Amino acid sequence: MVPRGVAARWRRAATAPGKGQGSLGGREEAAAGRESHAACLSPAGQPLGILDGIPIAVKDNFNTAGIETTCASNMLKGYISPYNATVVQKLLDQGAVLLGKTNLDEFAMGSGSTDGVFGPVRNPWSYSKQYKEKSVPKSHSEDKESNWVITGGSSGGSAAAVSSFTCFAALGSDTGGSTRNPAAHCGVVGLKPTYGLISRHGLIPLVNSMDVPGILTRCVDDAAVLLGSLAGHDPKDSTTIQDDFKPFELPNLTDVSKLSIGIPKEYHAPGLSSEILALWSKAADLFRKAGAKVVEVSLPHTRYSIVCYHVLCTAEVASNMARFDGLEYGHRSDMKDSTESMYAATRREGFNDVVRGRILSGNYFLLKQNYEKYFVKAQKVRRLIANDFVKVFRSGVDILLTPTTLSDAAPYTEFIQEDNRTRSAQDDILTQAANMAGLPAINVPTALSERGLPVGLQFIGRSFQEKQLLTVAKWFEKQVQFPMIQLEEVKKHDSDVFHHQKSASLS
Amino acid sequence: MHRSVPTQNSSLVPKSIKLQFHLSAVMTGLALNCSINKKSLFDRKHYFYADLPAGYQITQQRVPIAVNGSLSYSLCIDNKMSQMVTKTVRIKQIQLEQDSGKSLHDDTRSQTLVDLNRAGVGLMEVVMEPDMCCGEEAAAAVRELQLILQTLGSSQAVMAEGQLRVDANVSVHHPGEPYGVRTEVKNINSMRFLAKAIDYEIQRQIEELENGGTILNETRAFDSKLGCTVPMRDKEGQQDYRFMPEPNLPPLILYDAKSLPANMNHQQVINIDWIHERLPDLPSVKRKKLVEQYGILPEHSFTLLNEDGLAEFFESVVKQTQMKPKKVIGWILKDLLSYLKQHSLTVKESPVSSFLLADLLNLLEKKEISSTAAKQVLAELWKGEGKTPLEIVKEQKLELLQDQKELEQICQAVIDGHENEVMAIKAGNPKVLNKLIGLVQKKTQGRSNPVLVKQLLEKKLSG
Repeated sequence: MVPRGVAARWRRAATAPGKGQGSLGGREEAAAGRESHAACLSPAGQPLGILDGIPIAVKDNFNTAGIETTCASNMLKGYISPYNATVVQKLLDQGAVLLGKTNLDEFAMGSGSTDGVFGPVRNPWSYSKQYKEKSVPKSHSEDKESNWVITGGSSGGSAAAVSSFTCFAALGSDTGGSTRNPAAHCGVVGLKPTYGLISRHGLIPLVNSMDVPGILTRCVDDAAVLLGSLAGHDPKDSTTIQDDFKPFELPNLTDVSKLSIGIPKEYHAPGLSSEILALWSKAADLFRKAGAKVVEVSLPHTRYSIVCYHVLCTAEVASNMARFDGLEYGHRSDMKDSTESMYAATRREGFNDVVRGRILSGNYFLLKQNYEKYFVKAQKVRRLIANDFVKVFRSGVDILLTPTTLSDAAPYTEFIQEDNRTRSAQDDILTQAANMAGLPAINVPTALSERGLPVGLQFIGRSFQEKQLLTVAKWFEKQVQFPMIQLEEVKKHDSDVFHHQKSASLS
Repeated sequence: MHRSVPTQNSSLVPKSIKLQFHLSAVMTGLALNCSINKKSLFDRKHYFYADLPAGYQITQQRVPIAVNGSLSYSLCIDNKMSQMVTKTVRIKQIQLEQDSGKSLHDDTRSQTLVDLNRAGVGLMEVVMEPDMCCGEEAAAAVRELQLILQTLGSSQAVMAEGQLRVDANVSVHHPGEPYGVRTEVKNINSMRFLAKAIDYEIQRQIEELENGGTILNETRAFDSKLGCTVPMRDKEGQQDYRFMPEPNLPPLILYDAKSLPANMNHQQVINIDWIHERLPDLPSVKRKKLVEQYGILPEHSFTLLNEDGLAEFFESVVKQTQMKPKKVIGWILKDLLSYLKQHSLTVKESPVSSFLLADLLNLLEKKEISSTAAKQVLAELWKGEGKTPLEIVKEQKLELLQDQKELEQICQAVIDGHENEVMAIKAGNPKVLNKLIGLVQKKTQGRSNPVLVKQLLEKKLSG
């Protein structure tokens, strides 16, 4: 990518209004300054790095020095980070232009990007020709605008930003599917790397033992480039592996005959749409016809993963959220009766009920009398889930092929009929086990649904075998030729969109 | 329970601060005869408090770095340090953990100030079993621990600087009955207060129980002004700390000679056996060596090690003088040490160096001056004016009379001038001789050797 060309394309795309609170805190001025600098390359005439001049958006749960980091929560509204997360620093060191911080579910808890304090994120595909052509308003009075669809979550803002050409790549996070899920709904590539490959230092933690920074791009090659810039040991994160990481370029795979693709039968989950089931089957056939070995495999403990995840996730959340007490930073309540009452009021005012609910559950599971029954038990089940994968990979399977989501993106009005917990339990089922096992996984946009919305499929690989995983993903991407989004200009009379944007904008 | 802040150990410096920290803990564990756990784990202990910014403390609750050790210490039976008895306290465990910040309660303004500078810093906590019976034993045990930590270089362990913090757990019971309910006493800032706090608490509990009351399992603070313990301001009650494994810290793996991977050395990982071989002499070993090598008394060796640098000073003087160590020790422990104490100086700050003292003792040993004169010279040396002992002796004319004839003449003069005393001596009262010796001393302005004077007088009187 030539920086000058990139900058021009970016400028064009940015003039189209950013739809649906994709980005928070516009850093337009700073970004524009850097962009013009990048367009001339560095003063010495050399690019600063492989990402020089490339605009990148960052999910708002990564610390960015001098820039507000809110996690879409009242608790951190106005909080200016004093440092850059390691991954942010690495991007900047390579010359990337930080375009802005993207919207998410509050503290990354959710599967719709609908529960953040700045409001829900709208899927850019809601405004695509492909979707509009297929959507039929239920009544004459119904505004076409009201059936806009969600991005999925919790990295919805990042996925929307990449999907709408606002930036070339974005950072998300993935704890139970939070990068792959919105990637699938927004028709972009979403990579969850192996746990321990990329530093979590500066990523405000949700579940320390499962969180990873996620990469969202338009194509698999770009994901490989980002991965190359971000991976590697960080002394500030003791959970990163010590081994040297060598960035790689993806080969153009032509011969898949030596490949063994596993199809886990348990991923034919309840609620899986017939459309996606058919697509999954078609994908398997694609590999088979190309000469790969395609086998059905079993991951028998898959059905326990939701419940196991619920216990472990809420326990770690309860622990990780304990630092938000209003004393050192962030929101502090005006309640002055006592320190305890200040804590209670601050946390009630600062957290939404999704976060509070998880804290309460987590504390329950960690009580002395419950610890063995719940927490330790869940850790044991986690081991069983991880072992399922070990066994399958040991049996000769190279890559697993599964759906990423149960269906295409739901309309917002429909999605909010059920609460966050219910939705998360439903939507995480296909993505979460990879987090339990720490394995790398990637969503590749595959085709459009009958409603004209993106559907993706997921590939899960062996630990630290990102090169193999991405090589296969790239081959698949080439085969399916997923269509480009055809964004329509938002007409001026759609004032509702602008109105919503203004009320949510930050100064 | 004791906590000390790890500092740099120059002889075994690994590459990272993290490794140095682990090294200090392993060395301390080995010095306390503990089993070192080759794999230990980290946990989160959750509670809300202003000085705990994360809302949890990282500690080692499940598997600490070292367990099951012992610490031997000595006590004097009486106050004179003439009879020492050795006792042992079992070490339950040593654990690594994080420090919290510091809360400063400002009651006048009804506010609390929080200092977070030390929050998160690594600590080593030494947990002792309840094997001590009183404040004196506890203070002696902690003192010995302090010396060990200083010897290892793990910490300077100065309580006043907060480098060593001690919390005491106290309970009482009748002999033969199970242990009573214990209270935890905090806010103890010196060794002296440690003994006081414990003894006060023991008394308080006994009185409470004898009056039909009960002891609460609570935390109390020592009030050094009032000399008593008081319930602490913020009662935590029965806390459930919701312990959870620390997900960001993998298990701490230590190696020994057998398990050490081929490509690693002591700069990168901890090899317990390698460390064990290189442990410096512990205080108990040092004391034994001093007694054996120099023929001093055990209680002398305690005093020598109790003062930072004193043992080295002593050994240095011994090297530079012909005077026997058994005699030198007196000068070190009585004269030098009392000067230092009077002026609140450390050995390092002494205006009298080992060289100067040795020089002085040599003059004494060669009988060029009397011991009284030597004390006078020392007093002068103490002024630190840069004069040598010989210079002072010449200045103040303190040389012993070497002229035997002159001395004989003076003796004769005294005898001639005190007929009554002479008669008393000849009548069989030898003690009166001391008076004559004293008179000769006076006449010679202390420049006569009393032993020689006595000999001369006796010779003359017998004749």
